[in-house]
Amino acid sequence: MTEKIALSNVHKSFGTKHVLRGVNLSIEEGQSVVVIGGSGSGKSVMLKSILGLLTPDSGSIKIDGKETVGLRRDKRADIDAQFGMLFQNGALFDSLPVWKNVAFRGIQNDGMNEADARDLSVEALARVGLGPELLDLYPASLSGGMNKRVGLARAVASKPDIIFFDEPTTGLDPIMTDVINHLIQECVQELGATTLTITHDMTSVRAIADKTALLYKGEIIWQGSQDDLDASDDPFLHQFINGLPHGPIEVEGQQLETAGY
Amino acid sequence: MAALATIGRFFIGFFSQTGQLSLFIVQTLVAMTRPPVYLRMIGQQILRIGYFSLPVVALTSFFTGGALAIQIYYGGNQFNSEAIVSSIVALGITRELGPVLGGLMVAGRVSAAIAAEIGTMRVTEQIDALTTLSTDPYKYLVAPRVIAATLCMPVLALIADILGIFGGFVVGTQSFDFNAAIYVQRTINFLTFDDVSSGLIKAAVFGFIIATMGCYNGYHSKGGAQGVGRATTNAVVSASILILAANYLMTSLLFSS
Repeated sequence: MTEKIALSNVHKSFGTKHVLRGVNLSIEEGQSVVVIGGSGSGKSVMLKSILGLLTPDSGSIKIDGKETVGLRRDKRADIDAQFGMLFQNGALFDSLPVWKNVAFRGIQNDGMNEADARDLSVEALARVGLGPELLDLYPASLSGGMNKRVGLARAVASKPDIIFFDEPTTGLDPIMTDVINHLIQECVQELGATTLTITHDMTSVRAIADKTALLYKGEIIWQGSQDDLDASDDPFLHQFINGLPHGPIEVEGQQLETAGY
Repeated sequence: MAALATIGRFFIGFFSQTGQLSLFIVQTLVAMTRPPVYLRMIGQQILRIGYFSLPVVALTSFFTGGALAIQIYYGGNQFNSEAIVSSIVALGITRELGPVLGGLMVAGRVSAAIAAEIGTMRVTEQIDALTTLSTDPYKYLVAPRVIAATLCMPVLALIADILGIFGGFVVGTQSFDFNAAIYVQRTINFLTFDDVSSGLIKAAVFGFIIATMGCYNGYHSKGGAQGVGRATTNAVVSASILILAANYLMTSLLFSS
């Protein structure tokens, strides 16, 4: 299989805080990789570095074999055009109605007219189980789950090759979590896209991961398939997936004893 | 040692902010001159920045012109006051008070609104979303606001000039029984093209400052609602100070030569 995304020895610091300490990760074409890790482990920084929203201090990030670190925004337009992204809170543009949000890339970059943009939105919304009655609503009038689904519709509307999911189920009830996980699965299978999801929700891992990687203190300390996940005796992984308060993983900024454990 | 560290931190912070602002301005200027140009966004911003600022600028200028007429009449020599009041009101409004007071009023209204809007977009990841959707935030968000404010401010200043002079005229003719025709004639005779144009040039610079400070503070806001609040305050304060400083510099340059 072809390597779609490759991170090699990626470092990123903010002042004296060393967030990424040599991340190595390889994602093959069509693969669904989920990166798990606690709060402050560097998941979001890693994702933003791949998206080009942050520039790593050192290391290499290749998309389709092309080096992206240090590449100016206008020089990576062809790479960005392959991306779809679902943000943690949807990040819908609240000044625009749903249809303009969903078809945003088409309207702004391809000069799509209103009729085509609305058709595209109807199609993308249908893919995430939403009807055309939402088209003219504004994001402020949508519920949290609806917001996420519209965000997902926007992420898949341009049929991207690579889709990123940032905490797709955080803040959702268990039923909506299941709905979102299934929608992600369906969309990915339908589009044949490569995906990278960051989460700390193990139900998402079980539902969507071909490969799981555990990020701890800015390093990938374990990676493997679903079968490996259950079979592994790695103490870090064991503590994380079972949500144990005691173990090798330090809980950031908190003394466990004083937290009642 | 602690004192030295504090001084060091202050200077590092100052130069870091100055560098960041300079880079922001360069990126904004580049975004303004390269396609795509979002004409629809520019139109929307002209409406929001220019049209909706009209009442506040008009009222400020009208009352300032009236107050100025009273001050000159009672503060100065009342002999030949008709000529003095009309000329000083015209000069004061067109050269200084129209553009500066208009600029400060628009700074309070527009800088804050821009910083709050862009700041909220920043903390809710909408700006990151724009980037991932292959849209340059400088071109889509910043450039239209800066272009609109730079174009609108001279028009607002011109309206402020007219209404400020009219305020002086109303006070002069109603309170001091000046002859209306003579007042108008003296105003026209006294004012030169340079008086008006210098004010309009200043206003364009103030427009650039207002939108740039709003966008800059909003764009770099962080830390949720508190961060957006801080960005809004910083935008208004920095825009107001820069308007007054730029006014002094431009007055020295325009009138000393």
